[in-house]
Amino acid sequence: MSRESNHKRDVAIAKDIQRQLLKKRIMKWTSLFVVIFLYIWAFKGMKDFHIGKNAVKSMKAILGGFIHPDWDYIIEPGGEDLIHALMDTLAIAVLGTFISAVLSVPFAFWAARNMSKHKWISSTGKFVLATIRVFPELIMAIIFVSAVGLGPFAGILALGFHSVGMLGKLFAEAIENKDLSSREALIASGANKIQTFWLAVIPQVLPEFLSYTLYRFEISVRAATILGIVGAGGIGAPLIFALQGHTWDRVGIIFIGIVVMVTMIDYISGAIRKRLV
Amino acid sequence: MEIDVIKKRRIGRMKIILSIILLILLLWGSGYRTNISLYDFFVGIPNIWSTLLDMFPPDLGYFHYVIGPMLETIRIAIIGTTFGGLLSIPIVLLSSRNVTRSPLLFYTARFILNLIRTIPELLLAALFVPIFGIGPIAGIFAITIFSLGVIAKLAYESVEAIDPGPLEAMTAVGANKIQWIFFGVVPQVAANYMSYFLYSFEINIRAAVILGYVGAGGIGLILNNVLASYQYSRALSIILFTLVVVTMIDAISNKIREKLL
Repeated sequence: MSRESNHKRDVAIAKDIQRQLLKKRIMKWTSLFVVIFLYIWAFKGMKDFHIGKNAVKSMKAILGGFIHPDWDYIIEPGGEDLIHALMDTLAIAVLGTFISAVLSVPFAFWAARNMSKHKWISSTGKFVLATIRVFPELIMAIIFVSAVGLGPFAGILALGFHSVGMLGKLFAEAIENKDLSSREALIASGANKIQTFWLAVIPQVLPEFLSYTLYRFEISVRAATILGIVGAGGIGAPLIFALQGHTWDRVGIIFIGIVVMVTMIDYISGAIRKRLV
Repeated sequence: MEIDVIKKRRIGRMKIILSIILLILLLWGSGYRTNISLYDFFVGIPNIWSTLLDMFPPDLGYFHYVIGPMLETIRIAIIGTTFGGLLSIPIVLLSSRNVTRSPLLFYTARFILNLIRTIPELLLAALFVPIFGIGPIAGIFAITIFSLGVIAKLAYESVEAIDPGPLEAMTAVGANKIQWIFFGVVPQVAANYMSYFLYSFEINIRAAVILGYVGAGGIGLILNNVLASYQYSRALSIILFTLVVVTMIDAISNKIREKLL
């Protein structure tokens, strides 16, 4: 009797394994078909997939601009030069990051799971942050340019608001990962809400907040280089003018300037972040 | 002993005060450089509110106009990410310390990777438009270079973290370098690589949305025209459409990535 039931069980297991294998195989083939279909669709849509006759010629001209950049543009007496444009770009990134860091703190406490009793509060906070993240900073910059006019102010606001989406999420995760027993100890010894917040929560999360802010600053410096394309200040505007005027030596020096600036900022910010956490 | 502690505390406090002073100087200098004062904020914020309110209600009838460019945006992201992913494979192998044994080679490869990653995709697109002409090709090339940087950076770090055991065993039985890579390295990092590929695709969809600004194809061009002519309700419907598409792609990509790892 027992042998028979054993046999039955074995057969059932074997069938189960077979079914799973079949399922896996079906999954594999369907995903393969989906991927192939996606690629056929993607490439078929690109009807005019040809490269113009002038491509090689313009590429040579652009490369020439990179090899012989317009060194005189680095410093010019009028102040309309590379160094000043790069400084504007950095200034936009600094102010934008500062605003977003300040704005992100309340958002982070709103979105952190362990800071509110009801789950719906933190979920709505997370949803709001996700929605902010979807708006590219460039689109925000365009909207702000039409609201406050051309110039770096629109760029600062765009970076300031856009960065809240990412920074608020990172801050919220930093709060969620913290051990809150010290907060409970303070509450038990009779501290009020502000005291527990100031003495138990802030000191624990501050280094991570600063580190994430610096990380976001690195990203914002890159983002600030493109804001000028829509008139929101920084190096983007002279770059677009140089590209439209086909002055490749100037394009070359501006690209070199951006690469050098971003590399330097990454290096400095990375060194500070290593000491923070 | 006690004096030491007091001294240390004093130095610590000095450091904090100095950092705060430095930060204030940095902020003040930035404000000075860009001619921004707190006053601007009090004037500017209400203006932004009124502009945002102008966008409501969204012009939902405009949706069918933008479906074509939206699909083109997705195509640019798919093709660009694929090319970038394929091109990143040799660079990943070159940048990994445990595959390329020569420091000269892997440091050079990493240096080039770092250079690539300093340039935002929109600037790459702006540079490619004069070469390939206005249209999606420039966008595809920009996305290719950009995702090459992202995927290669993430993937070479996982290659360096793989288990050396199988590699040593293969060397011991006399495998050549290509066999060694194909049967020792690839199976260990394939899942991670696919995950980074999808992650980069998520970033690229967002990037492709704005490529149209410099003439590199996709939905950005229409958004630019609509905003330039102050048709804010249409702009909002485009933004909402993008939001839905990006969220959907993120959700699908996240599901696949969870299954992979």
